[in-house]
Amino acid sequence: MSPARLLWQRFRAHRAAMVALSVLMLIVLALCIGPWLSPFAVDSIDFDGEWATPPSTVNAHWFGTDSLGRDVFVRVLEGGRISLLVAFAATLVSLLIGVGYGAVAGYFGGALDAWMMRTVDILYALPFLFLVILLMVLFGRNVVLVFVAIGAINWLDMARVVRGQVLALKQREFVLAAHTHGMDSAAILLRHIVPNLAGVVMVTVTLTIPQVILTESFLSFLGLGVQEPATSWGTLINEGAREMQTTPWALLFPAALMALTLLCFNLIGDALRDALDPRDAP
Amino acid sequence: MRCRALLAGALALLWSIGVSAAERAPVAQQVLHHGNGSEPNALDPHRVEGVSANNIVRDLFEGLTGISPTGEVIPAAAAQWTISEDGRIYTFALRENLRWSDGSALTAEDFVAGFQRSINPATGNTFAQMLSAIDNADAVLKGRVPVTALGVSAPDARTVVIRLAAPTPYLLGLLSHPTAFPVHRPSLEKWGRDFARPGRLVSNGAYVLKNWVVQSQIEIARNPQYWNNANTVVERVFYHPSEDINAELKRYAADEFDSTYEIPLVQAKALRVRYGKELHVAAYLGSYFYGFNLSKPPFKGNPKLRQALTMAIDREVIVGKVMNGVALPAYSYVPSGTWNYTPQVPDWAAWPREKKLAAARRLYAEAGYSAANPLTVELRYNTHDDHKRIALVMAAMWKQWLGVNTRLINEEFKVFLQNRKLHEVTQLFRSAWISDYDDATSFLDLQTTTHGRNDSVYRNPAYDALLQQAATTADIAARRALLEQAERLLLIDLPVLPIYTYVSKHLVKPWVAGWQDNSYDYHYSKDLQVLAHPERRAAR
Amino acid sequence: MMRHAAKRLLMAVPTLLVLVTLTFFLMRLAPGGPFDRERSLPPEIEKALAAEYHLDESLPKQYLRYLGNLLQGDLGPSFQYEGFRVSELIATGLPVSLALGALAMGLALLIGGAMGILAALNHRRLPDYGVMSAALLGVSIPSYVVAPLLVLVFAIGLRWLPAGGWVTGRWSDLVLPVMALALPQISAIARLLRGSLLEVLQQPYLRTARAKGLSPAKVILRHALKPALMPLVSYLGPATAGILTGSVVVEQVFNLPGIGRYFVQGALNRDYTLVLGVVAVYGTMIVLFNFLVDLAYGALDPRIKTA
Repeated sequence: MSPARLLWQRFRAHRAAMVALSVLMLIVLALCIGPWLSPFAVDSIDFDGEWATPPSTVNAHWFGTDSLGRDVFVRVLEGGRISLLVAFAATLVSLLIGVGYGAVAGYFGGALDAWMMRTVDILYALPFLFLVILLMVLFGRNVVLVFVAIGAINWLDMARVVRGQVLALKQREFVLAAHTHGMDSAAILLRHIVPNLAGVVMVTVTLTIPQVILTESFLSFLGLGVQEPATSWGTLINEGAREMQTTPWALLFPAALMALTLLCFNLIGDALRDALDPRDAP
Repeated sequence: MRCRALLAGALALLWSIGVSAAERAPVAQQVLHHGNGSEPNALDPHRVEGVSANNIVRDLFEGLTGISPTGEVIPAAAAQWTISEDGRIYTFALRENLRWSDGSALTAEDFVAGFQRSINPATGNTFAQMLSAIDNADAVLKGRVPVTALGVSAPDARTVVIRLAAPTPYLLGLLSHPTAFPVHRPSLEKWGRDFARPGRLVSNGAYVLKNWVVQSQIEIARNPQYWNNANTVVERVFYHPSEDINAELKRYAADEFDSTYEIPLVQAKALRVRYGKELHVAAYLGSYFYGFNLSKPPFKGNPKLRQALTMAIDREVIVGKVMNGVALPAYSYVPSGTWNYTPQVPDWAAWPREKKLAAARRLYAEAGYSAANPLTVELRYNTHDDHKRIALVMAAMWKQWLGVNTRLINEEFKVFLQNRKLHEVTQLFRSAWISDYDDATSFLDLQTTTHGRNDSVYRNPAYDALLQQAATTADIAARRALLEQAERLLLIDLPVLPIYTYVSKHLVKPWVAGWQDNSYDYHYSKDLQVLAHPERRAAR
Repeated sequence: MMRHAAKRLLMAVPTLLVLVTLTFFLMRLAPGGPFDRERSLPPEIEKALAAEYHLDESLPKQYLRYLGNLLQGDLGPSFQYEGFRVSELIATGLPVSLALGALAMGLALLIGGAMGILAALNHRRLPDYGVMSAALLGVSIPSYVVAPLLVLVFAIGLRWLPAGGWVTGRWSDLVLPVMALALPQISAIARLLRGSLLEVLQQPYLRTARAKGLSPAKVILRHALKPALMPLVSYLGPATAGILTGSVVVEQVFNLPGIGRYFVQGALNRDYTLVLGVVAVYGTMIVLFNFLVDLAYGALDPRIKTA
């Protein structure tokens, strides 16, 4: 049986994780098609109607309207798109940097490894999020900058995990064998090491995504989120939290959906980790 | 003045603000806690900036004049004054036995020294220009003549004479501002510019500085040397900085604050229901508007487009639904309630929405735009909840009623300020002005060709000439006519798009007596007292 | 071991230098200066203010001046809070932030640790599921939602605790902020400890211990806990970072005079020296903390000691 199939089989045994996976797929599906189901646009305002109305099935504002009379349902879904987009993109950035950096350091070892890991240590000691805040404050904001910045924070963890894994892989027979057959380092790295990192990386990725979503929401709290009228879960929750006494539904729906999403990612990540490491298997 | 009283009355009715339970007796522990916006940058009267800091400095120091709880200019350190025929020489007689908080005598020389320090460029007073009406002030500011040449003198220890370059009808009100406060020369000599710290600060107001913990609280206590100490009731006052207005509101709700600096507009409706008379809303001399950059497309040489955008805004919706009634719709640039002035409201202001929109659509089409060729415009505002909400609604109105595509650009405050000043990237931008003194020129001057805050790059020699002429006109009625004519011109050229007039808004606990609404939004602690009240919990 | 530790401490110097340099130039690259405001200033006043703070000098010169002062322990004058030195501001703000952070961390370790052990002891039984669901929820709700809810319930509703503010020595002021700050860390620590305990319990020697009839509680407390703490210790680094950034939110929501609030206000006001000062303090704290974590790691892991 191939390792991937084995992994999948073990993963499937986790009932909670399977439920999480289906829920997550449902959420993604809703984010993709949801906005078209509602008659409202993300920034449209009914100037003559009531604003800040509670959820209702009668007026098609299924999640109610916010304090500017905008439809919460559409905004929650639009916000989710941006949040997930930021999360995936940032994770991809951290993945690319982290895997490359960690693999090189772990594989070549010696002075290079020591030097590279020392650099990681230095970077770890920088209060990175503060630098991100500075960057966002000073150079305006756009979604691209948000995810590059967040990705730049998260690659350090990835690099450490990958390096550890590579150190272990290096001692394995098939790598040693490739060496004795005269394969060059780049080829060994690409052909033998990186593919074997997939499991570890996958776990780190599933656990990084919820962190990124939270980081984005933290930046939104500081007013450094995406530009209006675009929105994100972080922005929505932050606005909702300020108005929780007048329009609680504007907080409840985005907060619930974001919490659910994070929950799913965490459950899946945990299950993947268990599946990779069969000692804990039932 | 009458106009303002009327407005205040209307607002009072609107909010049904009554006099708080005056029958109740004062409590023994006279302590007040105020929520106070952002942390003060300084307590040195000649370096102080912003409303938060001014609130405290007005308790600590006193100028020649003051403001009464109802917003009238009243004698303060000066007992009385005389004004020369031509309105250019003011002679103030100080009260007898004025003392600094360290017990030393406060003389006319201290006021002269205060004015000289205030205007001296080396002091770095960002409000120095407020004194530019005084003879030689501009020359001193530019460093052309020594500070001693400033037109303020002390013929004897109890007389201050101020000579003006031009008649300035608003001078008396202006003298209640910290920039015109006296300075205690021995402390300045001893501590340099760091004299305004607890343990050092010697002041002449009703209170002295006790303690200052940055981002936590500033504590002041009554000054036994103050001339009217016998009539001061509140013993200690705590000013708490809270830049997060929601946090401030929560602390008010938990009875930790007796008054708030502001209220979150989003919640204004709910607050009115929950707090009733505790919500104080009063006319305030501030104008909120958008500026058009006249030096760049699309607004350069395009008055029809500016007119169309101006008319296609429903200010009633903005004030009623976005601001939740905590503002007044504005069709003029100078706010209503300004002294000796009638704001110039255009005829179309009273039209119903459909008629305005029809006219706006026609102008929009005449300016060359249509559904097939819509205007795309950038609207800049600085990061703030209220600015964001207004920008969103304005953009939606233009989109839904004219078909304009508005790109919202939210910038951090300092970035925004720089862009607005440089006029390079701005098209349409948020702006506002709060008057420094109660006079229409405080607003109209901004739009003159050479003014540093002419962000719209408005250039109209006729407008400049009218203001120039008004500045040298002593006759109040003639001056008023000139200023009103200037505003009419402004509203035809439309470098700005008026949106609303500010109101002051505070929550004040029912046991705080003596708090009256006034257009200065000044509430001296010496005029307040704490009364017994069934809902009041023991002071913290 | 000691040599390793000394090396780590030496590393702090270049780290902090990089940090300060980066922040210095980043701040200066930013549009707008400390004296830009709504009103326009006459050029004479602008010049006087710039001269007062040496902003009229060239950037390299200002940088060297700053470094020179820094070496003498002088963080410079604050631009925003006139008459205050940055070191003075940090001296008042840091104790508040430290108390907040340390208490939150302590609480998180205590409650999170207990929850983790409880879950591991009852692996795949009701308490395990309960703890894990609570923990998952805890990491999924941002602190700026939790904080106002806490205020609503405990300060405005029940009136047990203050809604905000800080008076020196009044510890009740810190209860709600500490709770808001600790919550995500409680969840993280509970999850982490449970995981590592379960892993350690699979080790042959512990299986033997259990097979010999020792109760699971005894096995965990006597034998499994110490090795299981290893991942927890290495998590302390990221946890500190989390608490530091979380404190920015919490200090703002609760009006606490901590350095996190200085940082945000300082960055917005272009208070160059204050931002630099706070960043330098944060950097030092993280370096110091990582050093302590290293030491703890060495003490826990016998392999490192012999190496």
